[in-house]
Amino acid sequence: MKKLLSAMLAATMALTMLAGCGSPSNAPADNGTPAGDKGTAEQTGKFAPIAKEDIKVGVIHITDPAEGSGYTYTHDLGVQGMQKNLGLEDSQIVRKINVNDSDATAIQTALEECVEEGCNVIFATSWGYMDYVEQMAAEYPEVLFAHGTGYKSNGENFTNYFGKIYQARYLSGIAAGLKTQSNKIGYVSAQGAENGECTSGIDAFAMGVESVNPDAKVFVKVTGNWFDPEGEGQAAEALISSGCDVIAQHCDTANPALAAEKAGVWAIGYNSDMAEKAPGAVLTSTMWDWSVYYTKAVEDAINGTWDGSNYFGDMADGLVKLAPLSDLCTDGTADAIKAAQDKIMSGDWDVFDGKTELETNTGEKVTLNGADYGTCTWYYRNVEVA
Amino acid sequence: MLLKFIVAAIGASTPLLFGTVGETLSEKVGHLNLGVEGMMSIGACAGFMVGMMTDSFLWAILAAFGAGVLAALIYAVLTVTFMADQNVSGLTLTIFGVGLANFIGIFMLGHSPSGTLKLPDGITAQMRGVHIPGLSDLPVIGELLFSYSPFVYIGIVIAILCTVFMRKTKAGLNVQAIGHNPAAADAAGISVTRWKYTMILVGGGICGIGGAYCALIINGGVWISNNVGGLGWIAVALVIFAKWKPLYAIWGSFVFGALRVLKYYVPASVIQLPTALYDMLPFVITALILVVSSMRKKRDHNIPGSLGVNYFREER
Repeated sequence: MKKLLSAMLAATMALTMLAGCGSPSNAPADNGTPAGDKGTAEQTGKFAPIAKEDIKVGVIHITDPAEGSGYTYTHDLGVQGMQKNLGLEDSQIVRKINVNDSDATAIQTALEECVEEGCNVIFATSWGYMDYVEQMAAEYPEVLFAHGTGYKSNGENFTNYFGKIYQARYLSGIAAGLKTQSNKIGYVSAQGAENGECTSGIDAFAMGVESVNPDAKVFVKVTGNWFDPEGEGQAAEALISSGCDVIAQHCDTANPALAAEKAGVWAIGYNSDMAEKAPGAVLTSTMWDWSVYYTKAVEDAINGTWDGSNYFGDMADGLVKLAPLSDLCTDGTADAIKAAQDKIMSGDWDVFDGKTELETNTGEKVTLNGADYGTCTWYYRNVEVA
Repeated sequence: MLLKFIVAAIGASTPLLFGTVGETLSEKVGHLNLGVEGMMSIGACAGFMVGMMTDSFLWAILAAFGAGVLAALIYAVLTVTFMADQNVSGLTLTIFGVGLANFIGIFMLGHSPSGTLKLPDGITAQMRGVHIPGLSDLPVIGELLFSYSPFVYIGIVIAILCTVFMRKTKAGLNVQAIGHNPAAADAAGISVTRWKYTMILVGGGICGIGGAYCALIINGGVWISNNVGGLGWIAVALVIFAKWKPLYAIWGSFVFGALRVLKYYVPASVIQLPTALYDMLPFVITALILVVSSMRKKRDHNIPGSLGVNYFREER
């Protein structure tokens, strides 16, 4: 009898505890769904405004932003910038770090946790999260999801964001083209010609080089890996030993720039300003300022202007930029870059406008629209795979 | 270009050489230590941090060695004294070592005002390529033999010393006896536990120096997470490739190092292959060697007979 009683007591206790847990986590969802339906009628956006104090932003990072450089760090600077711009509390940002983008369980858990912790806007920063974000967006139609890089979206609560980094690469090509004396410029690329993100960047860079130095050639070496510290340095060393005297890069570590510094040649950095790491070599760096997009996206959620459209930012928005030119640049670099930058910023001209015919290194004529950068699998005429 | 390729290959082979020699010592007493990656990471972290603080190459090397010894001590206590499963203990050490190194690195980054950790100029000058007046200036030979970081020479000297120890000293033969049959060695009056500890710890220290090479040289003196980048695993495969002989490890690691940098030195105008194919090559060759050596009728006497099996004295 005593046993039965204690079992029943325990069961009652467990039930009350469950109920206690349940109500707060249900509450925001209950408020969210009906409001979402009402919103479409009176707002320009597809979702109702969310009061600033109710906003909770989830971020899924592939590594740890505390590493102080590289891809995740740059994204997290953007999140911090957004937090400052909008005056959000620390408790309103939920970070999931070291979420391996090829580990399905880890990705799903991270996304689920964000939703359970009450996030109403979730940013997934790495390519490999794409399919899982798509599933989650279908499962939780009241939560807003945005996925960086990639190409999928649903026009409602799942959008895609990226930017015209090729504009900054074009400008950095001007710095490299003016600096080189051997007329050989090296480029360490994480992925081969089949990857449009890398390839379009190389083409834009090469066009920038050609605009000031038609004699110079761009030599590409591919590591085949987004993170390969040893290979990135080795590729740069191989380029330098074949006579390249400026090394540009599309990979995660600063090792190409450091290899250039060691060999006494010059470098163009990527992601963050690599002049901090290799001050003896870096001319400038092509950089992202993700705070521009993160601020806009969260603002849209607050104002109820989230319209489900994809974001493809550019230099005029400030999403894409060039680090301050170092003293190592040739005289006149600043003016040449300024002239090209003004054309880009005014919107009169773009590197890839979808109309101008460009010649590939196999002699074909092609056009490329900036937004279709992912389809770019050809190299510009002054590019050579070394 | 061929000269540059050989120089780059030797650079790429150095961390593998340390890892392979270190792991060989451990396997010689019958302990398969899969924690090479972890010991290298801990060595990388200790070497980098001490090097940054003391601005001395010598201290950096000693710290890396010491940290590698401590990391191997965990493994030795688990597998020799407590007779835990060797594979599990080694894997645990890898996960622990990489995690600890990243943790300390991130902690230090958080306390760095510039947000980046870079070695000071003094140590950078000490560890870059040596310059011996006269010798280093010789054409071709100078660059081929006398232009490397001190690490390269230390690695070769260690490999030669280990070979001499194994082949020419009584203690070395005793050690090999332990690896082949610990019970027989024990009966012959060899202190099995003492030698197992010694070899595993020294092996760990050597791996630690290899880790320091990754942190100090490969990454240009700037700290990044996961800076060993899987080289420890290649070293484990290389032990088989080098047939458990430290001297062969010099050639073996050179071959692997050469295959790792090959894709950057084969001109695309000659032949264009997918980069993945180059990445695969070292492992295809290891597999081939395993197949060939198992096809030969003669049993390979180099494999320590008790490899992977803990020695429990009371079950003799």
